[in-house]
Amino acid sequence: MSALDVVVDSAVVAKRNLIKIKRVPDLLVATTLSPIMFVLLFAYVFGGAIDPTGGGAAYREFLIAGIFAQTVVFGAVITGAGLAEDVRKGIIDRFRSLPMAPSAVLTGRTLSDVVNNVLVLIVMSLTGLLVGWRINTSFLEALWGYLLLLIFAYAISWVLAFIGLLVPSPEVVNNASFIVIFPLTFVANTFVPLDTLPGPLRVFAEWNPVSSVTEAARNLFGNPDPDPNAVEPTVWSLAHPELYTLIWAAAVLVVFVPLANMQYRRAASR
Amino acid sequence: MSNAIRATGLVKRYGSVTALDGVDLTVREGSVLGLLGPNGAGKTTVVRILTTLLRPDAGEAEVAGLDVFADPRGVRRRLGLSGQYAAVDEYLTGFENLDMIGRLYHLGRRRARERARELLAQFDLVDAGDRPAKTYSGGMRRRLDLAGALVASPPVLFLDEPTTGLDPRSRTDMWAVIQKLVAGGTTLLLTTQYLEEADVLADDIVVIDHGRVIARGTADQLKAQVGGERLEVTVADAAQLAEVSRLLAPLGVGAPVLDEHRRSMAMPVSGGVELLRGALDRIVDAGVKVDDAGLRRPTLDDVFLTLTGETTEEDVA
Repeated sequence: MSALDVVVDSAVVAKRNLIKIKRVPDLLVATTLSPIMFVLLFAYVFGGAIDPTGGGAAYREFLIAGIFAQTVVFGAVITGAGLAEDVRKGIIDRFRSLPMAPSAVLTGRTLSDVVNNVLVLIVMSLTGLLVGWRINTSFLEALWGYLLLLIFAYAISWVLAFIGLLVPSPEVVNNASFIVIFPLTFVANTFVPLDTLPGPLRVFAEWNPVSSVTEAARNLFGNPDPDPNAVEPTVWSLAHPELYTLIWAAAVLVVFVPLANMQYRRAASR
Repeated sequence: MSNAIRATGLVKRYGSVTALDGVDLTVREGSVLGLLGPNGAGKTTVVRILTTLLRPDAGEAEVAGLDVFADPRGVRRRLGLSGQYAAVDEYLTGFENLDMIGRLYHLGRRRARERARELLAQFDLVDAGDRPAKTYSGGMRRRLDLAGALVASPPVLFLDEPTTGLDPRSRTDMWAVIQKLVAGGTTLLLTTQYLEEADVLADDIVVIDHGRVIARGTADQLKAQVGGERLEVTVADAAQLAEVSRLLAPLGVGAPVLDEHRRSMAMPVSGGVELLRGALDRIVDAGVKVDDAGLRRPTLDDVFLTLTGETTEEDVA
């Protein structure tokens, strides 16, 4: 097994998944529709309550990075559901009966889902610009912000890859991940400033990596807290959001890349 | 002639359930083995083990001269698998499906494309080749899936229930395709629950049930195990069945079996056409109106039911 085989095979598998994005644009629409809805609902329903003086403008600026984080984390569900679907249809069996690099199926899958996330982030950024969100920093800082979001999402997609190969159907992936991902992306600084949360919930949110990636993106895009009197967070995770996010991503990858690959070798069509 | 597939003592357990309980089989190079059994007999488990997808708890296996467990990658280069469900990516076109598989066999970009076009032509999919497989009929998907198994022109082919779920027309089409393939010298292991299919396609048949081999041989050998011909008579009025049975019983070598619902009687006999004529004379003279009558050679269905000891409808009635 040469390293070149892994690269070429991964590219072949990634291409297959990208063709699907092209052929089924509804999929992209479906993954962006609900975050767009969230932008509109949060910006115009809650915005006024959270940011009464500014009529919600500052809140909309604050909100978008949180929406980005939530959207790319939900994007990982596509990885899991897609793999579960491939298992069910016998496509994983077919791959496993080929003399290809075994790791290429998952590598190709997770890489193509990065492309999906890039497309989703473009659509969401345009939506953000429409409701008044702006990048107030340099191009490079903004780029690093997007990159951090993608790295974090990439790590999460390996968790979902493992789950997708473990459970009996794509529906289970969807249901199971909603139970986990909704709390994970809501009990965070994604939609509200953290100082509004009660004690234990606040501690969870402060150490929640969704908060750190959101905080990092906000810093790198230059989007301030809607409350002008807000103080900079002192908890380590949010004082060093970029480093904390990268540590999380690395830890998740170290655990879930081998786990998912092990599960791939055991996966059977049902 | 050497064996292209050889398996000895395959055992696979799932918890307390024994899926395979010591299966032995060999397939001569260039021949077709039909692995026959009801749902849950362990057919797919055998295929999954021989195609490197599953490791057994015990046993040895060789495919194309290579040890399946010591050199799975080498074995994968030499086998083609078409699983129980057409493993076709429905968002890709037929061409893209085959091209992808060719790339993953490392045929190279150019050769993969050529091979994809060749196979589309061979499987009568040229017109549909550039349409997403989503638009294909069940028979077309199956053909595309089978084409996928042939991308690397493997010497050994595994087809797991290749015609399950196909309509009768597509099934006979599929049989013709498979027959052409094996005429080219490919060794084939085919699983099926259709006895007719094994009869048409297979040189040798292995019957498994509850993870065990319960019979093996050619179709004719298996049929001989069940015995000779049967006389079957269907009458117009079910009320007359008892009388028919009484009239014909002396001609049989076994007891007649009645099926009220189908208004028919079946009985093992020996004596050929002469006996059939005599039997018809007897019942027609007695004023019975006969809808249908004939001698039937035992089918593999009879073989199977006899071997697995499951009762037939007639026996119940």
